[in-house]
Amino acid sequence: MNSLVLNEELSQLSLLVIYAAMAIFTLAFFVSGYHLSQAASTKDKNLKTVSVLERVALALALLGTLILAAGVIMRGIAAARVPWANLFEYSITGALILMIIFFISIRAKEVRILATFVVGFVLLVLGTAVSIFYVQVASLMPALQSYWLVIHVMVALLASGFFSLAAALSVAYLLKTANWVEKGKTKGIRNFKKVMEVFPTKEKLEQLAYRFNIVGFILWSFTLIAGAIWAERAWHRYWGWDTKEVWTFIIWTIYAGYLHANATRGWSGKRAVWLGLIGFAAVVFNFTFVNMFFKGLHVYSGL
Amino acid sequence: MSSSQRYESPDIGLTGWARWIWRQLTSMRTALLLLLLLAAAAVPGSIYPQRSADPNGVVQYFRNNPDLAEILDVFQLFDVYTSVWFSAIYILLFASLVGCVLPRTQIHFDALRAEPVQTPTNLSRMPVYESTASPKGLDPVELGKNILSKQRYRIAQRGDSISAEKGYMRETGNLVFHFSLVGVLLAVGIGGGFSFSGQRVLAEGDTFVNNLAGFDSLSPGTFFNPETLAPLSLTLENFEVDYDFLNKTNIGAPLDFRATVTVRTPADQKGTTHLVRVNQPLDATGASVYLTGHGYAPEITIRDANGDISYSGATVFLPQDSKMTSIGIIKVPDNLPEQLGIVAFFYPTASELESGAFTSIFPGVIDPLLSMNVYTGDLGLDSGIPLNVFALDTDRLTQVAGRGTENPGLEIKLGETADLPNALGTVTFDGIKRFASLDIAYNPGQFWVLLFSLLALAGVIISLTTPRRRVWVKKLGDSFEVAALSKRDDPRLEEFVRELTKAIRNG
Ligand code: HEM
Repeated sequence: MNSLVLNEELSQLSLLVIYAAMAIFTLAFFVSGYHLSQAASTKDKNLKTVSVLERVALALALLGTLILAAGVIMRGIAAARVPWANLFEYSITGALILMIIFFISIRAKEVRILATFVVGFVLLVLGTAVSIFYVQVASLMPALQSYWLVIHVMVALLASGFFSLAAALSVAYLLKTANWVEKGKTKGIRNFKKVMEVFPTKEKLEQLAYRFNIVGFILWSFTLIAGAIWAERAWHRYWGWDTKEVWTFIIWTIYAGYLHANATRGWSGKRAVWLGLIGFAAVVFNFTFVNMFFKGLHVYSGL
Repeated sequence: MSSSQRYESPDIGLTGWARWIWRQLTSMRTALLLLLLLAAAAVPGSIYPQRSADPNGVVQYFRNNPDLAEILDVFQLFDVYTSVWFSAIYILLFASLVGCVLPRTQIHFDALRAEPVQTPTNLSRMPVYESTASPKGLDPVELGKNILSKQRYRIAQRGDSISAEKGYMRETGNLVFHFSLVGVLLAVGIGGGFSFSGQRVLAEGDTFVNNLAGFDSLSPGTFFNPETLAPLSLTLENFEVDYDFLNKTNIGAPLDFRATVTVRTPADQKGTTHLVRVNQPLDATGASVYLTGHGYAPEITIRDANGDISYSGATVFLPQDSKMTSIGIIKVPDNLPEQLGIVAFFYPTASELESGAFTSIFPGVIDPLLSMNVYTGDLGLDSGIPLNVFALDTDRLTQVAGRGTENPGLEIKLGETADLPNALGTVTFDGIKRFASLDIAYNPGQFWVLLFSLLALAGVIISLTTPRRRVWVKKLGDSFEVAALSKRDDPRLEEFVRELTKAIRNG
């Protein structure tokens, strides 16, 4: 007889801790945004030095990350398993992973400058998680009781983290090169253009986005293979075009197209950046809509 | 192709056209467009139910939107991944791939044997370039050669310059990756042809023999030969489920399913016992056995008015909800004055609703109850049309017990007996067994699919992380130049050139 002890009180506490992390991230978001607008009006456009303001923003983001980590770990203890088995848990763990990847790559000043984007995105993810995706702790359905859950989902979340950072860089690239920004006449747009000047050159942004996407693509390829191995064990076939499998394939194919575009004359640059963002849109769509509304074997949103 | 050329060659002939089409097909841009097209073409298969993954969904779609469904079906939108248009895209893509990769393989083999390229005359035009004074009394070119050869560069010395190259593995990895994709496709296709999978529902104590007649349903590949079915029999000894009793918010959630099976083969007549669980199939020689579903099979005996048995056995009931309210169909064509059909409901833990109907409030067996609606008349078994054992066509039957008739539906507790109306006989609820749905599947291709997938993964990792560099060191009077060029992205190129220059400078 299997026995299992869920700790609902601890899971409630974990939710409170996640709210606390969100509060700190909100502060970090505003300080970091303020720093950008300040940097736009100073002479230090290449951000060699880290200003006090930026230091505060990053420290707040780090504090938020530590608190979030505590919340995620508590959720795992409350559920007596890894905290990534339904949509709510994917979101909080995914947000944590994204912040960790961000802090690991922060030595590059091109990444540091993205703090506002990244923290803003993490806030969006956490906000959706606590308001729409939240579910009480529950046991794992037998189909999910496998070490492949630990591997396959963890790698998918890691891949998504790298894709997210690449997307942030790509958005910065597009904002920097957009016609309406370059040619903008109104005061607001001219100020915005100044802010974008704080960001690295478009070549640098594009190149860095490419590097993050490469890592994401490799991890996503692994996710695909691990998923197929698991599907063989759990459902008797390694591939069956289940909706979630379809979208994993679509995402992989779009990013393969992205890598090609970078080596195709006439397609590198802006078009390739757009392709990468379409890939990221598919990642987000797969994560939210496909999980919640599409019919299939992967009905693990818990909603 | 320049524009003047295009106008000047009105009749390039058939081979010219063929060559032109081939060149277009194998261009990078076509590959890119086909890849994106493939991604787009996969989308509808996640929107409309697919016959392969969700056949019931397709039936339902036809019932709900008959007109639209007809049209969608013409465009094969219920069979997207085997459709003509989806197949056309990936076949073109792979044709393009082969046409692209074969010549590149040739070129790469040549490059592996060739000397590094000439040193360009103007090194300062290279993307990374340094120039500084030579170390006193030492030859910078000789120093550079030593350092680079330690780093396993391939080096050609020409006059007072060297040209060095490294990172051939980038292209090798890329070619391995693309070839492995072809391997994956072939293994999927050929393996699928020789594969089979069959489904069988077994109640506890039942035995299944692995031949065509033994399956409830079978989906064999095109080349599958039934003679190759492994000679084995399998008995479901028992099936256990653990439900959560402990955690208030989680009560009734299944925690574990365990099927204990005994497998007998000609070599092992006594049989060996195994445990099969959801993520833990049984890998027998020539087939794997997977647990895909479960439910209850109440044991029911029906006797005629004289007490002679006319129906007896464990009957598979299909679960309807997470609390395991289940529906079963019993057909008794013989041994009674009239043919008898029963639609039966099984509640493992019964609870009466206000309306007087029952529902199950826990999926495990705590307070089991059977309720039955009884019909008499022609069951239609002699018509020759195969009938679904899980459906009863009540149109031609007369209901004699249950809602809307003068006799209430039968309600029978475990071990009890109820009378059938019109003195037809009695029904006894003898016991409860569980059943398991098993999939018996064999796919000889899957090992190869995995192998080629892993090869592709290794190839792509190597390709994307190996920088392909050309490095030059050139002596110019008292100073020397270092320059480097990388094919595609190379994060450390500048750092590399700076350090190389410093090392040479310091002797
Ligand atoms: C099933 C179809 C294909 C897929 C999934 C695919 C995928 C990929 C991926 C992921 C890469 C980047 C990794 C690497 O460089 O090894 C790549 C690179 C490349 N592919 Fe493909 N490819 C396909 C078909 C083709 C075709 C048809 C061509 C030729 C027209 C082609 C030519 C290339 C080339 C030249 C590169 C190197 C680009 C570079 O230097 O970065 N591929 N492909």
